Amino acid sequence: MSGRTGSVGDAWARLPKRVRTLALPVTVLLLLVFYPNYYQDLFNALGGGTTGQLAPTVPTMVVMCVYVMMALGLNVVVGYAGLLDLGYVAFYAAGAYIAGWFATLQFAPQKVHFLSVGVLPVLPGLHINVWLLLIVGAVFACVLGIVIGLPTLRLRGDYLAIVTLGFGEIIPQAVNNGDDWFGHNVTNGPNGLTPIDSLGFGVSIHNAASFLPSSYRLEINSADYYYWTGLGLVLFTLFCCIRLRDSRLGRAWVAIREDEIAAAAMGIPLMRTKTWAYAIGAFFGGAAGCFYAIFKSSTFPQDFSLNISIAVLCMVILGGMGNVWGVCLGGALLSYLNYQGLEAVGNNLNHVAGTSFNIPQYTFGIFGVIIVVTMLVRPQGLIPTARRKIELEAGVEGGSLYDAGA
Amino acid sequence: MTAGSGTARKPMLAVLPRMSQQINRVLTWVVVGVFVIWVVGNFINAPKQFVSVFLLGITLGCIYALVALGYTLVYGIIELINFAHGDVFMWGSMVAVTVSSSWLGLNGTQAWYVTAPLILVTIVVCIAFCATLNVAIERIAYRPLRNAPKLAPLITAIGMSFILQNAAALVYGFIEQPLPDIFPTKALFTIGGIAYTQKSLLIVLITIPVLLALSYLVRSTRQGKAMRAVAQDMDASRMMGIDVDRTIAFTFALGGALAGAAGLLFVMYQTSTRYDLGFQLGLFAFTAAVLGGIGNLTGAALGAILIGLIQAFNEGLSWHTPGSSWTQSLIFSILILVLVFRPQGLLGEEVPDRA
Repeated sequence: MSGRTGSVGDAWARLPKRVRTLALPVTVLLLLVFYPNYYQDLFNALGGGTTGQLAPTVPTMVVMCVYVMMALGLNVVVGYAGLLDLGYVAFYAAGAYIAGWFATLQFAPQKVHFLSVGVLPVLPGLHINVWLLLIVGAVFACVLGIVIGLPTLRLRGDYLAIVTLGFGEIIPQAVNNGDDWFGHNVTNGPNGLTPIDSLGFGVSIHNAASFLPSSYRLEINSADYYYWTGLGLVLFTLFCCIRLRDSRLGRAWVAIREDEIAAAAMGIPLMRTKTWAYAIGAFFGGAAGCFYAIFKSSTFPQDFSLNISIAVLCMVILGGMGNVWGVCLGGALLSYLNYQGLEAVGNNLNHVAGTSFNIPQYTFGIFGVIIVVTMLVRPQGLIPTARRKIELEAGVEGGSLYDAGA
Repeated sequence: MTAGSGTARKPMLAVLPRMSQQINRVLTWVVVGVFVIWVVGNFINAPKQFVSVFLLGITLGCIYALVALGYTLVYGIIELINFAHGDVFMWGSMVAVTVSSSWLGLNGTQAWYVTAPLILVTIVVCIAFCATLNVAIERIAYRPLRNAPKLAPLITAIGMSFILQNAAALVYGFIEQPLPDIFPTKALFTIGGIAYTQKSLLIVLITIPVLLALSYLVRSTRQGKAMRAVAQDMDASRMMGIDVDRTIAFTFALGGALAGAAGLLFVMYQTSTRYDLGFQLGLFAFTAAVLGGIGNLTGAALGAILIGLIQAFNEGLSWHTPGSSWTQSLIFSILILVLVFRPQGLLGEEVPDRA
């Protein structure tokens, strides 16, 4: 930006440094916050109809927030601490089922209401305030992370990957068979848990926030509120991740990632530090799962396939392991492609070429190509951390293999 | 370990149980004991059924063994879990369907002297295809990353697996690929209400010589010696004049060939295949390799037989069995238990670096 000549460039250079560094993040943030307000304009600007589908709808943006959150959580485990976790979806499931158990009709004969918003008082089942559940889900996932982590984190590298993969496969199956755990219907099996209480937007906010113009308070706009909540959660996650990265713990993670033995020799308690990485990564995964379940108002065992774990991993790798901005970008990009982009691109191509090729069916094949090409051409990801870049370059003898990407 | 922490602040997770060798051993015996009781209990409960399910398990285990050997060979030489291996196996089964059914027109009605040579042709095509595929994967996706951080090729392997799966879906569609019964299905004998067919026996009879040949190849030939040398120390073997790249490529070819043979046997036995069956079956086979001690050929075969038996017991017997909807969980639980309590596997040697 400062390379520009003339009065604009000069004026830019004369601005205080703080303003210059904050300019980009603040612009992006403002663009994101007001996204629901100009979505329709974007849709029209892209030509409406088929090509307009390329503009992410507000519900897609909510999903993108969920995935960015998960990617940031996984980034703590994979990017910071260097522990490959292929079963991250387990924590996502934990969060989602906390929402499913404590805010639905599942345990119907019982009737417990606790600070629930927008739920009819006569409704049976457990109805705990979903905002509380967001925290409970995250903490539950965190505990699950510690429980899974304790025995498995002693393993190294690829063995850990396999064990987490095992957990990632066991948990969905356990949930799927959960309509008959020793005769108890715990998870309602493949039929899932639905409907889950909403965050209480629409009516409640309508009544409470009478100072807002009515177009902001309608129930029909609830996706907008979910989006802003999601954005808030992402910002919170981002804040935590950045603070953690620069903390003593974050440095310990990086040390472990780079050389476990040296880190141990320097007095870093390996097990404890790794378990923390697991727990914190799981925390955000759980919160994301819980929020997504509330947003969809349902949770099904099919939502927790291995593919999700791989997709989230793919986001972290594509964005650049360890770099929160890269991970945000990777998460937003791939979740957009997964939920809307590929379908929109496919529709457009089919529209132009007159074919009927179903591109979204091959989403994971495309993700596979992304993973392989990224690893081969640009292993440091779209926005690499300086440290990671050096690591990758130093790891190659002769230094010729990564010239294309470096 | 506390030297760096400085202050006397009590660490929050200091209560982490450090599993001693003692507890480890006790738990191992508990797990083995429960397993033995389960098997014996089932035997007493329904002896005839037990025998027939046992034979089924052996057949299944033989197919797993062929796949598991591919994992163990590759892991032994470059310490990479080749996630794409299961999908190479799936491609083997797909090619077997195409060649035997579409090209050669086998449909199970021909006489044995027509069928046998044509099956042989199919086997050769399958083996050649899968070996080439595996070598190509190694060349494209793994070789450039040989000196990169260890997780890099592992991640590419996952990517390759997805690519292979979707490529198969693109070519063959998302539906089951049926194949008529080409192998002889006449019952040899019936026990416990289940017939033991000729094709079950045939699979065992094909697998055993393959395993023996492989064992001979690795143990006694020049190429096998080179493989073991590269597995032990890549740089040193390069200095000794071994062509490391070629040796690794050969290992992948060998693994691919085994996967191709397994794919053919599998589809002839099950009479259908699907684009997504490779990944999970591959993971089962990998579990078998880990159970036997990864990198150990005999161990992989033994582990595969065990996994095949456990799956067959779980799905075919009735005394305290969780049933087929839990097979996956059961096998992955075994994987986790083995990795946590005995990462060197049943026959592996204790290598501190591995776990």
